[in-house]
Amino acid sequence: MTLEQPTPLELSRRSLRARRSRRSTLTALASTLVFATVLYLAVTSAPGWPRTQATFLNPQVAWESLPKILEGLWLNIRVLAVAAVATLVLALVVALLRTLRGPVFLPLRLLATGFVDLFRGIPLIVLLYLIGFGVPALRFTDERINPVYLGTVALVLTYAAYVSEVFRAGIDSVHPSQRLGARSLGLSYGQSMKLVVLPQAVRRVTPPLLNDFVAMQKDVGLISLLGPLDAVRAAQIASQSTFNFTPYVVAALLFVLLSVPTARLADWASARATRREQSGAAL
Amino acid sequence: MPSGPVARDTSLDLPPGPRRSEEVVLDVRGLVKAYDDTAVLRGIDLTVAEHEVVTLIGSSGSGKSTLLRCAGVLEPISDGQILLDGQDISDPRVDADGVRARFGVVFQAFNLFPHMTVLDNITLAPRVVHGVPAKEARQRAEALLDRVGLADKADAYPDRLSGGQQQRAAIARAIAVEPRVLLLDEITSALDPELVGEVLALVRELAGGGATILMATHEMGFAKQVADHVVFLDQGVVCEEGPPARVLGEPTQPRTQEFLRRVIDAGRL
Repeated sequence: MTLEQPTPLELSRRSLRARRSRRSTLTALASTLVFATVLYLAVTSAPGWPRTQATFLNPQVAWESLPKILEGLWLNIRVLAVAAVATLVLALVVALLRTLRGPVFLPLRLLATGFVDLFRGIPLIVLLYLIGFGVPALRFTDERINPVYLGTVALVLTYAAYVSEVFRAGIDSVHPSQRLGARSLGLSYGQSMKLVVLPQAVRRVTPPLLNDFVAMQKDVGLISLLGPLDAVRAAQIASQSTFNFTPYVVAALLFVLLSVPTARLADWASARATRREQSGAAL
Repeated sequence: MPSGPVARDTSLDLPPGPRRSEEVVLDVRGLVKAYDDTAVLRGIDLTVAEHEVVTLIGSSGSGKSTLLRCAGVLEPISDGQILLDGQDISDPRVDADGVRARFGVVFQAFNLFPHMTVLDNITLAPRVVHGVPAKEARQRAEALLDRVGLADKADAYPDRLSGGQQQRAAIARAIAVEPRVLLLDEITSALDPELVGEVLALVRELAGGGATILMATHEMGFAKQVADHVVFLDQGVVCEEGPPARVLGEPTQPRTQEFLRRVIDAGRL
């Protein structure tokens, strides 16, 4: 049998598969519609709905608060860019220190382990307060330290502790035979790490890394606790001046919009790596 | 030093005794290797001369792979000495990375780097360890791929290749650094039977070209045809060694006889 001329058996199987997939699609569509309708009716028939709608979903308040919140979001984006890069670098250093073997490196290993234990354990809010108010209290300079910097430091410390564990898991997941292969070619420990182990480790942990990146995108909003005029703080001000919570909803939607491209990028990146390096991954 | 292919000693009824007096490249003396309290190698003496093919045979767990790893400085040893071209490479003061760069190792499970193309796998060590310019490394790798019959697979990723193709790529990677000694660790054991031939043919060609090879193998027929010297390992010691025709044809030790009987029963000789 040639590929161009399938047997009647194969043709009947194909039409069965097509019918099944059509039916599945229709079922999924229908159930989604029913669910959405029920949810909508349940929420709008709630006794407090008119009041809630006026307080949280006021289009006029949303429109008027949007420019300020967007302006604030720009600060969030800049902090995010700096914090993300700094987190990656610090996390990688900590992860590499933790994977070093041999008694010589014990102090470095202990230091890295202590770092992770400490900053993974402190709630981000508490760390923000400790650094945001504690460091200025030391009075290293007479001038006021920009709270944005202090907030960024707190954010980086917390996330580096998490992300270093993600990196470490990735490094450990690369089979020892890869390291053996690299060393057998005469590559040094560092060269094997850089050229053979890390590229594979990073590829494997890209989805969880981007997950942490999304988490960071919204936690950047917490620096508003120290006073800088970011999206959350702008929403707070707008909300207090209008006695309406709609600005918070606007800020929330903006944060979601910010995270969607990252999520799609994560999907695309891992799919591409899988396609390129593996065959027969149909199941 | 002889240049080009070397005439192989093909006489099949060579008596056990001193081997061809060529320059000794790899010299293993009283090698002991223990993991915790379990001794895997218990005093191995072994030499590999220039252009010589030495095969290690023995059942699983007899220490063949461990011996190869110790020889290639991929495992610390517990006692004894290993010399490469007269230099004591078991001395902790030697530059282990530099010593490893003089070996070519091929593993049972290929150990190709899945995130690099076949070509990048081959050019990695020449570029990074030996400082060969990228363009030159690429040209040499392409020539090597042509030699191992993978000229059209240069830009493929290893997982897209068949087992035999992957192993041939791994061999190309090992010889790309022009190693002093090739260590082959049961390189056909993970392959389907019909793919074994293509890999062994390549090893035969390398041996014919004058490569110095120490290999662990279960392919007795291959050992008989290609090896200059066969070493039978049993429970971490050299039980019997000599020319292949003698060790494989008229073994004197009961353990060797028993091992070969099992191999024959399994249809591998």
